[in-house]
Amino acid sequence: MSIGGPTEFEAVTAADGMNTDPSGDDAPADIQGRSLASIAWRRLRRDKVALAGGVVIVLFVLVAVFADLIAAVYGQNPDRQNNLGPTSPINDVTGLPNGAFGGISPEHILGVIPLSGQDLFINLVYGARTSLSVAITATALSLVLGVSLGLIAGYFRGWADTVISRTMDVLLSFPTLLFSIALIAVVSYINSDPAIRFYILVFVLGFFAFPYIGRIVRGQVLSLREKEFVEAARSLGAGNIRIMFREIAPNLFGPILVYTTLSIPNNMLGEAGLSFLGLGLVGTPSWGQLLSDANQYLQVDPFYLFLPGLAIFIAVLAFNLFGDGLRDALDPKSTR
Amino acid sequence: MIRFILGRFAGMILVLFIVSVVTFGIFQIGPIFANASPVFYYIGKAPATPQLVAALEHRYGFDQPIPVQYFNFIGGIFGKSITDGVSQTVQCPFPCFGYSFRQNELVSVLIGRAIPVSVSIIVGAAVLWLVGGVAVGTASALRPGTFIDRAGMTGALAAVSLPIFFTGPVLLLIFVYGLGWLPTIQYASLLDDPLRWLQSVILPWIALAFLFAALYARLTRSNMLETMGEDYIRTARAKGLDRRTVIVKHGLRAALTPIVTIFGIDVGTLIGTTVITESVFNLRGLGYLSIQAVTQQDLPIILGVTIVAALGLVIANFVVDVLYAFIDPRVAV
Repeated sequence: MSIGGPTEFEAVTAADGMNTDPSGDDAPADIQGRSLASIAWRRLRRDKVALAGGVVIVLFVLVAVFADLIAAVYGQNPDRQNNLGPTSPINDVTGLPNGAFGGISPEHILGVIPLSGQDLFINLVYGARTSLSVAITATALSLVLGVSLGLIAGYFRGWADTVISRTMDVLLSFPTLLFSIALIAVVSYINSDPAIRFYILVFVLGFFAFPYIGRIVRGQVLSLREKEFVEAARSLGAGNIRIMFREIAPNLFGPILVYTTLSIPNNMLGEAGLSFLGLGLVGTPSWGQLLSDANQYLQVDPFYLFLPGLAIFIAVLAFNLFGDGLRDALDPKSTR
Repeated sequence: MIRFILGRFAGMILVLFIVSVVTFGIFQIGPIFANASPVFYYIGKAPATPQLVAALEHRYGFDQPIPVQYFNFIGGIFGKSITDGVSQTVQCPFPCFGYSFRQNELVSVLIGRAIPVSVSIIVGAAVLWLVGGVAVGTASALRPGTFIDRAGMTGALAAVSLPIFFTGPVLLLIFVYGLGWLPTIQYASLLDDPLRWLQSVILPWIALAFLFAALYARLTRSNMLETMGEDYIRTARAKGLDRRTVIVKHGLRAALTPIVTIFGIDVGTLIGTTVITESVFNLRGLGYLSIQAVTQQDLPIILGVTIVAALGLVIANFVVDVLYAFIDPRVAV
């Protein structure tokens, strides 16, 4: 889903795995066939910017996974309020953090949240967990739907293709953001369980995005199904399911991988945007929620705004850089 | 061509129908899961006796079968009399989306007031991002691999990674609270007070344009690179045409056609989806209206705004399709 953003998913160019001539790189001494994956890896290894993105992604994932451990070592948790007592980092009169840069101190390495005095660093750490878990699950949902429906549409053609393609067309011309807002409003009205928010967020982000990958997969399958290896498999007696998942699907690895790395940052922005509007998860810190809170202290504590903003920016940029590099590396036309 | 246009028109009506059914369905089917009356969505979570709930359900027609309710709703858009907040019967002319009991006003009046705000934001931003994005993209494509290209594309990738709810407050912080070049945002109609109108929409323009320009720059660059590699470009140069003419008349023209398509769709999509921009800059457009309606559980407004936004989107799609068919007649065959 795009949050006030452009409708078209950026053209995830189809990196067709077939018939790739491995001679684009520096020619090896003895001629040997190289798989697409190894060529792509060689190219990616030379792309320092993409690799830097990859390293940052790994760091964010580690932070998200070990959030509890970090909290235990650091000695703070996202909910703990530090606004009482003589050693409180919060000014009793103004409610603002004492000291420069939002109250940075050895106990609170990135300062504290105004009024409540909650530690900002540990809120950002748990925000990473929220952001990544929603984004990855939503991407997984759109992948499962998009790949399987795209496979069916492209492989069987005929009425199945008509139904699936039309459905995808309609979904692409849906006012997604408003619809999500309405859906979240109704669902949280019916069921106020905080856990339900996770599923509904994943649904609105993942479901409305599946036509993007669905269209790519369908297009690829339409050409792949005519290839000789499919005919060979069929002549050996392979059934439709086997041909679809064992013969055709592995060739879709490239475009799916590129879509995945570019869809995760999109969903991170989507989650943050909905959280910013107050429609995100309940009871867990999220970057969008922190930004929306920071807006109230814009003039008195601007530092509070910059930290969650930077967290989103760095995480999303890392995924975008890595995804871009991956796309170039997997593109058979690329000569890099 | 006529047949193509009619076909697309039918498609547009179909999409509108589906959007209205689904949106309406959420509000009608949702309560069934919760064993709650849909009346609550319209009047809010007020404590009421079962008798009162039943009476209200009857008055607003919720005791009828769901398809009947749907057609009543759609038929009602073309005008009907409805009961307002103080039980007065008022005339609700086309386009009628019912009555907001929270704001004590017709939904159509509220939407009518919000549309100029959203349109002001979108039109200005669209001009900025189209010009800016195409300029940066072309500059990058003409000197691929140079510093200009790298700076432009890295900047563009950074800009797509910046959410508007971060750039927006930063802009406010700099230009309103820091430098004091602009007053705090107070929207005024273009006709009433052009200066204040400009002061209130300039920052949203920049924030929105920044995000979109980045995408357009990337798109222009890749299209332009592809076009400049075509044989006919070389032919034009070989004929002795100067570089500028070739770039502008031959290259840019071909590279821009797909961008214009996306531009049309993006502008259409933005109607009603500038929610975050409007909420950052405190502008009362369509998005602001719908998010306010969500917090107040004022569902007639959400329903109305969603349908208006869908209308904007399908009209944009339709116009783009038809225009495209005129530019490139092969599409319509």
